[in-house]
Amino acid sequence: MATQILMPALSPTMTEGKLAKWLKAVGDDVKAGDVIAEIETDKATMEVEAVDEGKISQILVPEGTEGVAVNTPIAVLSMNGEAFSPAPVATPAPVAAAVLAALPAPVLAPVVAPVVAPVLAAVEDKDWGPTKPTTVREALRDAMALEMRRDGDVFLLGEEVAQYQGAYKISQGLLDEFGAKRVIDTPITEHGFAGMAVGAALNGLKPIVEFMTFNFAMQAMDHIINSAAKTLYMSGGQMGCPIVFRGPNGAASRVGAQHSQCYASWYAHVPGLKVVSPWSSADAKGLLRAAIRDPNPVIFLENEMLYGQTFDCPVDDDFILPIGKAKVERAGTHVTIVAFSVMVGVALEAAKVLSEQGIEAEVINLRSLRPLDTATIVESVKKTNRVVMVEEGWPFAGIGAEVAMQVIEHAFDWLDAPPVRVHGLDVPLPYAANLEKLALPQPGWVVDAVQKIV
Amino acid sequence: MAQAAETRKRGKAREPSVNQPDLMGAYRTMLLIRRFEEKAGQLYGMGLIGGFCHLYIGQEAVVTGMQMAAGEGDQVITSYRDHGHMLAAGMEARGVMAELTGRSGGYSRGKGGSMHMFSKEKNFFGGHGIVGAQVSLGNGLAFSNMYRGNDRVSFTYFGEGASNQGQVYESFNLAALLKLPTVFIIENNRYGMGTSVERSSGSHDLSKNGAPWGIPGLKVNGMDVLAVREAAETAVAHCRAGKGPYLLEVETYRYRGHSMSDPARYRTREEVQAMRSQHDCIESARHRLEALGVEETAFKAIDDEVKGIVQDAADFAQTSPEPDEAELWTDVLVED
Repeated sequence: MATQILMPALSPTMTEGKLAKWLKAVGDDVKAGDVIAEIETDKATMEVEAVDEGKISQILVPEGTEGVAVNTPIAVLSMNGEAFSPAPVATPAPVAAAVLAALPAPVLAPVVAPVVAPVLAAVEDKDWGPTKPTTVREALRDAMALEMRRDGDVFLLGEEVAQYQGAYKISQGLLDEFGAKRVIDTPITEHGFAGMAVGAALNGLKPIVEFMTFNFAMQAMDHIINSAAKTLYMSGGQMGCPIVFRGPNGAASRVGAQHSQCYASWYAHVPGLKVVSPWSSADAKGLLRAAIRDPNPVIFLENEMLYGQTFDCPVDDDFILPIGKAKVERAGTHVTIVAFSVMVGVALEAAKVLSEQGIEAEVINLRSLRPLDTATIVESVKKTNRVVMVEEGWPFAGIGAEVAMQVIEHAFDWLDAPPVRVHGLDVPLPYAANLEKLALPQPGWVVDAVQKIV
Repeated sequence: MAQAAETRKRGKAREPSVNQPDLMGAYRTMLLIRRFEEKAGQLYGMGLIGGFCHLYIGQEAVVTGMQMAAGEGDQVITSYRDHGHMLAAGMEARGVMAELTGRSGGYSRGKGGSMHMFSKEKNFFGGHGIVGAQVSLGNGLAFSNMYRGNDRVSFTYFGEGASNQGQVYESFNLAALLKLPTVFIIENNRYGMGTSVERSSGSHDLSKNGAPWGIPGLKVNGMDVLAVREAAETAVAHCRAGKGPYLLEVETYRYRGHSMSDPARYRTREEVQAMRSQHDCIESARHRLEALGVEETAFKAIDDEVKGIVQDAADFAQTSPEPDEAELWTDVLVED
């Protein structure tokens, strides 16, 4: 039995190479692992090892030949001690075409690509009945407690979440109710504990990971993106990752550049993640419950400045909000202002000032950043014909840029003015009180932006 | 758990000395991995496998010996050099090979590739492409065992190159602190890509790398499947007894380059040939079996069976259709 030795592909990008040197001659015995030739690829000179045992009966491509296509027969090996005779082998045709034909055709354009996401009709908010004044801090705590009572697979881990009762007191009382097995203090080791939590989620548990702030989550970024967001896809749907990463995001007050960054657009960029950013207590409670129940990894971006603020929050034990649904916080007809998290408050303040000037702004609280509720935004813009996007983070490739693009794609013909962005200044956040104030969006900035386009 | 208790009992009852059926089984697994990897190398050379492809040839005794000590439900997680681990965990050669060729019959329906395969059914958790990431994740598997109160153990494999990653030490600390049932297995094949362990590690005895956290460690001859099994039994018994993590440094050698495109200029051919001819794990298992009286016909039968499985896998991997284009958009999120 004779077998052909083919020109091997020796790198992910190699399609042809130079057969630099033969290290075996016709008549030589070879065994598996013997180096038979040297080949220059696009990257390096590689040694070709024999895979089978036998005797070289023919060399088809002489050394020094350039541009030998992958899969071209380069030699013939006689096997199983058969008598040595130069086997008649068909002269290889110019092989490049044949090899390419054997390879799967490249997908040039995705056939079913929803490049422009379908815009569904906006859904009305359900009325949840009686409310009571609740701080965002209490709402977050209540959401975790309710879900932990409901599902024994839910647990909380992070720095200072148990005995200290939470660095920002979000987890107050949880250790007492659920014990050290389910409320777990970790060492300061974000990469290690985030990865551990993702591993537990891959095996079916439902961790809530508290980052003391999202600034520290950069240490854990690899596990959030590569391990949590991508595993479902890479496993062909076998292995999901039901996990919540939560904690304060964005600027607090005078804590300097390394502790004051908004990560909304970072996470919203990634397929495989859901990204939520609540403003009110109802948002916090309803969305955190939904995030914990969601079978996917959810990034839950809170804001320290909101923790102590009080809002009316439904008392119904079943209260929950859908991820992916924005809320119109204030109805208006002249301009749409889109905001999330702490900037919803800034937008509402601006709306009040504008109202005194006879301009009625519609204020949309996004609540979710991925999936984005494009329907609610577009419906509003079709009514107001103007849009201002407010975010605390940096402008470049930010959420505001994405919202503007969505409006352009879905409501361009309704626009009477270009979309306008209000955003944090494009600098690391300064410490000095006056400079910090100058760097973060104020209600006056929003008023100015609206006045320019109305 | 009754089932777990039984597993423990079985573990204790096992003879530490050579047991012919066990060794024969190990020989078969190692041979299957070797032949599978040789075939993968061939298919790569033919352009049927793309991208990165990291072969396990030479290291077969490590995962095979470890799995001899594994019980029902124990989890396995490793790096991107993962084909051997999947076969040893009982995953089908067909599904693994078809994933390598990017076909719909692959374990990830062609969406993962060589480095990203999983099997919930066989408790194989990947297949991870970021060096060291699987160590933190392996701790998470162990954590879930502890949380659920079962006595399953997480087998967490990584190379000596990965052992320098910061998250490995974070994981040692967490595992020791929380007493996680993780067996950390350092597969020391001497080279992290082209950098020898002498040039990458300030630690001269990797089995002691867990010592600051009180993690017991053993240095093991990874070219001897029975030595690996024995060490694995010690480690697994420790973890199952609730005593926390255990570290094994298994000294092994990869015969091939780091990946298919590695010209391997950083070591001599003599070094590779010496390992192959004098320390090969499959050859040494065969000699042991011969000494136990196993006849040539028995080896031939295994040879033929393994060749058949691998050929069938290769055929399947070339005939299984490419994934449907609609697959592009599935499995991004679990839909409610």
